[in-house]
Amino acid sequence: MRRGWFLPTMAILGFVFLYAPIISLVVFSFNESKLVTVWSGFSTKWYGELFADPQMLGAAWLSLRIAAVSATIALVLGTLCAISLVRFRRFRGRTILSGMVSAPLVMPDVITGLSLLLLFVGMESILGWPAGRGMLTIILAHSTFCMAYVCVVVQSRLADFDMSLEEAAMDLGATPARVFFDITLPIIAPALVSGWLLGFTLSLDDLVIASFVSGPGSSTLPMVIFSKVRLGVSPDVNALASIIIGIVALGVFAATIFQLRSRPKKARA
Amino acid sequence: MSSFDIDNPAPRRHRPWTAVERAFAAVGLSGRALVIAAPAAWLTLLFLIPLAVVFGISLATKQFGKPPYSDLLTTGDGTVQLTLHLSNYVRLFTDSLYVAAYLNSIKIAFISTIFALLIGYPMAYFIARSSDRWRNILLMLVILPFWTSFLLRVYALTGFMRGNGVINQFLEFIGFQHVINGYNAVLGWAGWQMPSLPFVMMQTDFAVYVGIVYTYLPFMILPLFTNLVKLDGALLEASADLGGRPMRTFFSITLPLSMPGVVAGSMLVFIPAIGEFVIPSLLGGPETLMIGRVLWDEFFTNTNWPRAAAVAIAMLVVVVVPIMLLQKAQDAVQDTARTK
Repeated sequence: MRRGWFLPTMAILGFVFLYAPIISLVVFSFNESKLVTVWSGFSTKWYGELFADPQMLGAAWLSLRIAAVSATIALVLGTLCAISLVRFRRFRGRTILSGMVSAPLVMPDVITGLSLLLLFVGMESILGWPAGRGMLTIILAHSTFCMAYVCVVVQSRLADFDMSLEEAAMDLGATPARVFFDITLPIIAPALVSGWLLGFTLSLDDLVIASFVSGPGSSTLPMVIFSKVRLGVSPDVNALASIIIGIVALGVFAATIFQLRSRPKKARA
Repeated sequence: MSSFDIDNPAPRRHRPWTAVERAFAAVGLSGRALVIAAPAAWLTLLFLIPLAVVFGISLATKQFGKPPYSDLLTTGDGTVQLTLHLSNYVRLFTDSLYVAAYLNSIKIAFISTIFALLIGYPMAYFIARSSDRWRNILLMLVILPFWTSFLLRVYALTGFMRGNGVINQFLEFIGFQHVINGYNAVLGWAGWQMPSLPFVMMQTDFAVYVGIVYTYLPFMILPLFTNLVKLDGALLEASADLGGRPMRTFFSITLPLSMPGVVAGSMLVFIPAIGEFVIPSLLGGPETLMIGRVLWDEFFTNTNWPRAAAVAIAMLVVVVVPIMLLQKAQDAVQDTARTK
């Protein structure tokens, strides 16, 4: 087979490029010295320091709560949106809805953050709500952009969905809501899980939008990391990054294995 | 399981939502309308209206107070007066800082996109052509960095590229200094001196290019892969049978057929790169001007909200055409996926 050497070489170099910085980050989280890039001996002291830092822990807890709530709101709204776009083929305002839900995917974060902040400030001066900015405003902002991601994930699952199952249920007299909960929901469940997880990680990771819409005393984890990293490297950030990478790697491995197992061997087109 | 028992039908389950449905139907609301209305209302309030608010405030001026901008509508003596300030937009065109930031953002986003394409295309092609087992593993390896924190990946690069960072240590270790010395001895006379180690990479535009390519590479690879994996192998075989060399086959068959993937991937890198803030502020130097950063400083440092709003509107104008291109390309990618 004339596969040539070019593609494999490029692919290997590409993967090295993707992974070398991450691997070095993890390796240096176990470094004794405060200099993050000069090896001076194995130590886990930065992990200890990380778990003794109340600012870091508080920010992490806040971020986790925000991410869980935002992902859940985004899951509900994003799924409704996906159903509207895929199932109800024609309705007034369909183009606007599909544009509104896909635009946050590519909208630069600074614009999203600024626009939401200006909205919240304007609403506060006119309606008196939301009073001040903090966890609530961050959740509102995060739900909005996470719902776009949920919608895309669920949409693609709904698009290659065997419609005859739903039709059969309807023929047997099930109401639309019953069809949804008994037939549709179980089938799109994997997409709902990955949509929720995607929203959760994106919310956990967002720096720019949260910086705009957060208030005093509600610094999320990325905001704390950013202010630390801006002043230079700090080994406890390496430790934190290693923990996050470890959790994510385990999750993605588990998901991939689960997918491969649950999918029976079938001929691929 | 498969036989149908007429005498003992499955017990009919009563679920509360049918009652909920009847209640809604009684007030003239169909479930369908509610399903559409909930996300539509949310997005209108938290996406569409905020953009309108940004546009409105871009026409105000900075003011001391809370909120720190002037009112567009003022009432007094029984009249309502609408005051629109165009000064923010005038400044965008006349102040060389803004013009330079715009042009530089477009340049940086464009060059980074080209490099991401040059690196991502062979990777996507390789993954698409590998066996089923490998394909899943390699795809997972592409997606995995995307699930880890963006901010922390940018941070990982700072440890990689700094003066005493991994790259410089590696180059020193393999004795790259001798290569530089040799090069300079041969070609150095013409003014093409190569700097000696350690290379200065951090706080340069180069670091920003590396940062964008590094963080957005998965966005380039995935649509390309979706496109390339559907490529009909028979076309390639036909071309080879007719004597087409691999290069020729690539440029006359593979590349044209993968254009939707190329456009979609490129736009997914280009659009967010234009407004990027984290990468230039962590990896770039003080002279790395990008609009995302200018907007941030205008808002947080100068607290000039109307000016920041005008910058946002101008940024929106720059990304609108790429967003439309992306929409078209994504439809095309999905169409090819569906017809196969």
